[in-house]
Amino acid sequence: MLYIIYGSTSIRAFPDHQEVEGGGSTVMVMCGIIGVMDRSRRTMDGSGIRQALSIMNERGSGEGAGYAAYGIYPDYRDCYALHVFFDNPRENKPLLDSTLAQWGTVEHDEAIPTYGQPNLRAVHTPWRYFFKPEASPAAPEDEIVSALVMQVNAARRGALIFSSGKDLGVFKASGWPEDVADFYRIEDYEGYIWLAHNRYPTNTPGWWGGAHPFNLLGWSVVHNGEITSYGTNRRYIESLGYTCTMYTDTEVVAYLVDLLVRRHDLDVDIAVRALAPPFWEEIDRMPDQEREWNSALRLAYASAMMNGPFAIVAANRDMMVGFTDRTKLRPMVVGECGDRLYISSEEAAIRAMEPRVESIRMPAAGEPVIGRVVS
Amino acid sequence: MIGSLPPRYRVNIDPVRCMECGRCIENCSYGVFSRDGDRIQVNSRNCTACHRCIACCPRDAISLEEHPCDYRSHPLWTREAREAIYNQARTGRIILAGMGNALDYPVIFDRLVLDACQVTNPSLDPLREPIELTTHLGKRPAKLDLRRREGGDVELRTRLTPNLRIETPVMIGHMSYGAISLNAQLAMARAAKETGTYMGTGEGGLHAALHPYQDRMIVQVASGRFGVNIDYLERGAAIEIKIGQGAKPGIGGHLPGEKVCADISRTRMIPEGSDAISPAPHHDIYSIEDLAQLVRGLKEATEWKKPVFVKIAAVHNVAAVAAGIARSPADAVVIDGFRGGTGAAPTVFRDHVGIPIEAAVASVDKKLRDQGIRNEISVIASGGIRGSADVAKAIALGADAVYIGTAALAAMGCRVCGNCYRGLCPWGIATQRPDLVARLNPDEASEQVANLIRAWTLELAELLGAAGINSIESLRGNRDRLRGYMLDESLMEVLDVKSVGA
Repeated sequence: MLYIIYGSTSIRAFPDHQEVEGGGSTVMVMCGIIGVMDRSRRTMDGSGIRQALSIMNERGSGEGAGYAAYGIYPDYRDCYALHVFFDNPRENKPLLDSTLAQWGTVEHDEAIPTYGQPNLRAVHTPWRYFFKPEASPAAPEDEIVSALVMQVNAARRGALIFSSGKDLGVFKASGWPEDVADFYRIEDYEGYIWLAHNRYPTNTPGWWGGAHPFNLLGWSVVHNGEITSYGTNRRYIESLGYTCTMYTDTEVVAYLVDLLVRRHDLDVDIAVRALAPPFWEEIDRMPDQEREWNSALRLAYASAMMNGPFAIVAANRDMMVGFTDRTKLRPMVVGECGDRLYISSEEAAIRAMEPRVESIRMPAAGEPVIGRVVS
Repeated sequence: MIGSLPPRYRVNIDPVRCMECGRCIENCSYGVFSRDGDRIQVNSRNCTACHRCIACCPRDAISLEEHPCDYRSHPLWTREAREAIYNQARTGRIILAGMGNALDYPVIFDRLVLDACQVTNPSLDPLREPIELTTHLGKRPAKLDLRRREGGDVELRTRLTPNLRIETPVMIGHMSYGAISLNAQLAMARAAKETGTYMGTGEGGLHAALHPYQDRMIVQVASGRFGVNIDYLERGAAIEIKIGQGAKPGIGGHLPGEKVCADISRTRMIPEGSDAISPAPHHDIYSIEDLAQLVRGLKEATEWKKPVFVKIAAVHNVAAVAAGIARSPADAVVIDGFRGGTGAAPTVFRDHVGIPIEAAVASVDKKLRDQGIRNEISVIASGGIRGSADVAKAIALGADAVYIGTAALAAMGCRVCGNCYRGLCPWGIATQRPDLVARLNPDEASEQVANLIRAWTLELAELLGAAGINSIESLRGNRDRLRGYMLDESLMEVLDVKSVGA
């Protein structure tokens, strides 16, 4: 999805690139999404998901695509893998290096290997750091890294951290799915969970940061839809220490999941229920105890509830979750084959990746699909 | 000498249409009409433009003209300015007035427009899809402790305080028995019950006739403490401490002695015929910590079973005051904007003190978010809510719900003539004269008020659906769905809205 929110003044996030104009137009999409998870953590290379995503090119417009992969950095599995877009590494990297040095240790860093594509204009230099924060009981690792991400991205000094989890990475850019996949050569990566997104904005600022997936720490999110409650959600999440910097509504989904699951320690199915809760009419019919906690969930997390049409696939290292808005105004199909769970906008995309798929079903509105790895 | 001022209104009876039935004479409590042989005599000077005669004339024979005699026009020395001077030169007194702010300030609501969906996301159709307007008022925890037991059941370990549940985000504000008649209160209480909302008692106690509706009533504790005792507190669904009122921030309530009849004297626990002038402050609240104590005291008295609201007038530092209230055990803060109505207030306060509700709600919501305590308290907006669009805009600016006052009175017939303080309301609303009160049929009037709330509720559902939102809480504080039209930049910054086209 792409609901792009601009400030009333023009913001030049990346000086070398097309300016994000003021004017606050809302950029929307149909978008295609797909996620796949192997329950036994057997890895797949990126060629399958590349194929699946390009099947849904009718849902995209060649202006944004991206992939998230879990389990791709086993050699650095204890480090936070920070994926960064530099406008210009020569200018912007020293500052980020010194910021990181203040917060912890960089075990290794390098340019993310990329391969020029005729139809993809490389406006940023993707970089990766394998980073160990200096944690203390007062400041646990996750807190440090999430604060670091918020600070760096809000400062807008030509560096944008778009992926910050352990043993995972997001690869995204403006372009068609195949071109983005080939730009990063995602077939060279082996992951046991993959998420992918094909974007159809109606008015692109060519903003790489606006492409999906969105990630914060362990959680990555792809989203098809438009969040009509974005203004409420953003103000809520920003009052709790997050800063929205990507000009798109999907960003809040990543932060809301982080808030509910990591900071508030809710089970993921309960967190999803807070984001797309049952109607009061259903709650009123529930048995006492169930009604009590469902009411409490709606009251406490009223401002986290997401409205408008959406289908979302989110993942962390142990699970993949798919859910839709309460009336299911965006498609979501679930397929299974052996240890593999697929969640996608289209059955065709699942079949492109797994022709022998054993079961295909369409969950009801608001019914989440949660797959967990076995070990 | 000052001499007579030009009459404010001129009433005319068309002799061709008039059939001398005398209904105008019977109905006008201000004494405009009298019989003179076989014709009806008119004394326009007594007219308040309450329209009772026009509403009752079977032949449409009566016409009314405002300001039939001009002063020399002047942009600064308006009619109102000059007449106030003549009035005060004569009397040496404070001028009293009724209803809300009568100065010509711009209405911010009318410079804000709402959003709707096109193409990229579907608008929702309330006839075919659920749109939730159910609203809860009260404290909410910042986070929940939910544990899964063995067997999969979920256990809620966070204790929630009681919330008020309303089926529509529109409530009826506090208008006391005294300021308005018992029939008017009865009508509104029935309407509140019928539409699943609540109404306020005002500062006048709770008459026994209202006991059947007490679970739909919010009982008020104001600085005069009229009618307050433990029985009263226990009867209400919630308790509201009134610190201030939008029509007259900084001063207490005024009930002229003319309106204090035997029944009111009993309900309020004051002598018959005495002016009931509430103190400006509560004399047990001189600071924010004193307020917190009273909130706790009232909760303790009612065994922590009832939500306690605190109502303040929208003044310049309303946001900081609201943040202080949010830190007390109070469940909701009511913000009453400078257009809020009143039975009686000094004109100088009504017209000049306080700030508009739109800006007040926006700044309160922002301050509470900045301090991370927006969840700690509900925000109720009041003061000049005229229709469902105002409700939607107030909620998008950050309110949980609204109180209406004047709109509910208008639904019972009130023409907003502004003479409530005189106790002669010919509509039977702002009066205690038994013959006038009897004119208001509570059955009929309650249906009218209920209709108004139902109509607004339907319109709100349509507005939400058009905006692609199926639950009212997703509109709350969603200023992205508002745009400012011809608002200046600094005000748009306060409201945190963008301009149209942006």
